[in-house]
Amino acid sequence: MIEANLSKILETNNHRLEIDLTLQIPTGSFYSLYGPSGAGKTSTLRLLAGLLQPDHGLIRFHDDVWFDSNKKYSKNSAHRNIGYVFQEGGLFPNMTVFENLEFALTNKKDNKQLHELIGLMRLETLCDRKPNTLSGGQKQRVALARALVQKPKLLLLDEPLAALDNASRMELQDCLIQTHNTLKTTTLLVSHNKEEILKLSDHVLVMDDGKIRRQGSPEIIFKENTPQKNMELQGKILKIEPKGTLFLVTVNIQGNTLEICAQKHEIDTLKVGDEILIGIQDFNPFLRSTPK
Amino acid sequence: MNWDPIILTFQLASVTTFLLFFIALPLSYWLAHTQNKCKPFIETLVSMPLVLPPTVLGFYFLIAFSPSNAFGNWLNEYLGIKLVFSFSGLVIASILYSLPFMVHPIQSGLANLPSSLREASLLLVKSKTTTLMKVLLPNCKASLLTGIVLSFAHTIGEFGVVLMIGGNIPGQTKVASIAIYDEVEALNYSSANWYALILFVSTFLILLFVYLQNGGFLKKHRE
Repeated sequence: MIEANLSKILETNNHRLEIDLTLQIPTGSFYSLYGPSGAGKTSTLRLLAGLLQPDHGLIRFHDDVWFDSNKKYSKNSAHRNIGYVFQEGGLFPNMTVFENLEFALTNKKDNKQLHELIGLMRLETLCDRKPNTLSGGQKQRVALARALVQKPKLLLLDEPLAALDNASRMELQDCLIQTHNTLKTTTLLVSHNKEEILKLSDHVLVMDDGKIRRQGSPEIIFKENTPQKNMELQGKILKIEPKGTLFLVTVNIQGNTLEICAQKHEIDTLKVGDEILIGIQDFNPFLRSTPK
Repeated sequence: MNWDPIILTFQLASVTTFLLFFIALPLSYWLAHTQNKCKPFIETLVSMPLVLPPTVLGFYFLIAFSPSNAFGNWLNEYLGIKLVFSFSGLVIASILYSLPFMVHPIQSGLANLPSSLREASLLLVKSKTTTLMKVLLPNCKASLLTGIVLSFAHTIGEFGVVLMIGGNIPGQTKVASIAIYDEVEALNYSSANWYALILFVSTFLILLFVYLQNGGFLKKHRE
């Protein structure tokens, strides 16, 4: 169990944020931090990792104290045994993928687990490549593998999927589930994406203005916010075909293709290539052009 | 033409650049990452040679290193080191005078690297030295090259500091820039011209190499 009770005042040119939070993360669980930009999610991760020093508080992993403001004690971040994946990966551009992973080893001769990890994360074909030749998803897969080399007690993921396209995001989510199920590393993920949190996490902490406002299982937390009667999806028309008295409209929605039946009056103003909204309003489906 | 001043100039530039590189590395690293309140004072001191007339620095070196003063006398009596009018004195003065030319490019190169590189390495239980040598420096090679070459070229062009601390001793402290002055004073324009031309061409080629390298013009496949 990691327990933290900490406060920190962060001041930038035109913004002041007071982080004040208490959290408990059971060993082996997958927690997420959710909230708007500027809520203090990344700063919370940095405080736990020791990359930022809290003003007051206590951070403890089981009986191992990492930070105690009363005793003016702060354990060096290097000795907290934390795996950290940065939003932009943080891979070393001068090293190949294998060298990046090997650099993380404490004993270079002990590379058996390195090869196991390369197998688990399916990195065999990337080992000789430099980071700048990898796709965003591949870079984050390598960064995740590197963070796991030292078998960390706590894995901190700072929006590692934020900059990825949908396919890479799905692939890395599956990779995260697989590695978490295999290694059982206590994990804290920062994410803006509800679907991602629902898919990956046991528990979500909703943060706003430096405070944890709500917490619970993602299903319960996000269910309260999901509109039940109204829903809208945005997509692009790929094809319109007449089917008897109706029309079959093929739409691309975030890489997925969907076929929707529409009436003539619905497609009168639509043509192939148009951005449209597909929605359900009061239980009735509709198609319409997106507002310009 | 006597080649000694030219040889001495390049010896001085090489030794100064070599020593300065190792002095500037930890200083640049510290300046790039510290939040210490002393940082502006240290940065100001490092930058002083950029704005100060070289004779000011040379004058204070002359006073400090002179055996008639306490520090110079101590160096002479106890360590047997004579820094005034000697090659060693020239090297020390050149190191301080060229400090900003080495520190500024390296500091800026290190500060411009994403902080995640340094933090990732430190979280992987690597020391600051390992992080600097294996992660940070290999990713700011252009800044290192700029620092090395600018310091070398700047040392070649020194005049005031060298004249004040070194004087004009042939084979020991008479570098090319002083030889030019000497030859002009003696109305020997032909020799002065040769020294000047050699300095002009060599510094031009050195700087051209930096711009070609950092601009990517020397790569086999330009994008």
